[in-house]
Amino acid sequence: MTMSSNGDDKIKKVSIIISHGSLEGVYPGLIMANGARMEGIEANLFFTFFGLDAIIKKRSDKIKVATVGNPAMHIPSMVGMLPGMSTMATKMMKKEMDKIEIPSIPEFIEEIAETGAKLYACRATVDMFHLSMDDFVPEVDEVINVGRFYELAGGGQIVFT
Amino acid sequence: MGQLAYNDTMIEVNDDGFLVNADDWNEDLAGVLAQGEDITLTDEHWKVINFMRQEFAENGKVPSIRRLKKAGGIPIKDIYRLFPDGPAKKAAKIAGLSKPEGCV
Repeated sequence: MTMSSNGDDKIKKVSIIISHGSLEGVYPGLIMANGARMEGIEANLFFTFFGLDAIIKKRSDKIKVATVGNPAMHIPSMVGMLPGMSTMATKMMKKEMDKIEIPSIPEFIEEIAETGAKLYACRATVDMFHLSMDDFVPEVDEVINVGRFYELAGGGQIVFT
Repeated sequence: MGQLAYNDTMIEVNDDGFLVNADDWNEDLAGVLAQGEDITLTDEHWKVINFMRQEFAENGKVPSIRRLKKAGGIPIKDIYRLFPDGPAKKAAKIAGLSKPEGCV
C-alpha cells in the first residue's frame, strides 16, 4: 500500500498560483488543480501577473507557446522570433493535447469551476493592469489580495507555477 | 491484496479496493462496493456506471470525467455530486473497472 493512501498524510487542500501567460505556463497549474479535484482534494487557483491572461475573456483563447527564450522548444531563439512561429508551435501542441483529451484553456477553466475548485484573481495585478471583474470569464469567483490568499490556503499546500 | 465478504464468498480486491477479477462484478456487488464508499446507488449513479462499463467494453479504456461529460452527456457537477471526494476513482471502483489512467 502506498503511503499517500493511508489517510493522515493525504493532501487535503492545494492552492495553486499561476503566474505565467504562456501555454506551457498555464496548463500545468490547470491540470494540477483539476487533478486535485479528481482525487477529492480541495483546490484554489490564484491567477497573478501574466497568468491573469488565462481568465481574461478576450485573451484566454489566445494563449500561445513561448518560442523565444525556451531552450526546451529545441529551435534557436532567432528562428522562434520569426513571424508565425509561436502560432505554429501552439497549433501543433494543441493538436497533440487534443489527442490525449486535454481541453482548450477556456473550456478547461469552465470544467475546473464545475469541479468545485475556486478561481481567484490577484488584486495587485488587477489594479496594475486597470482590470475589473467584467474583464474576467464568469468562472472567476473573486479578486483577492495576497493576505486573503494565504487565509484561503491555510492548512493546505501551496504550489507556485 | 485484500478480500471483500460477499454472499458467503470472498471477492478478491486490490489494496485500493478495486476488483481484481472483472468477472466478479454484478449489479448487486456494485451496491456493496458503493456502500464501502458511503454511497447509496440511485438511477443517476447507474447512468454513470452503465456508461462507464459500456465505454470500457467498447474502447478498453476506463473513461475520464471529461469523457463522461463529452460522450456520456453527464455534467461534471453531477459527477462530483454523485461520487464526492474523488469521483473518477470511486465511480470506476463501483463499476468494477480499474483506476482511470489519464491526467485529465
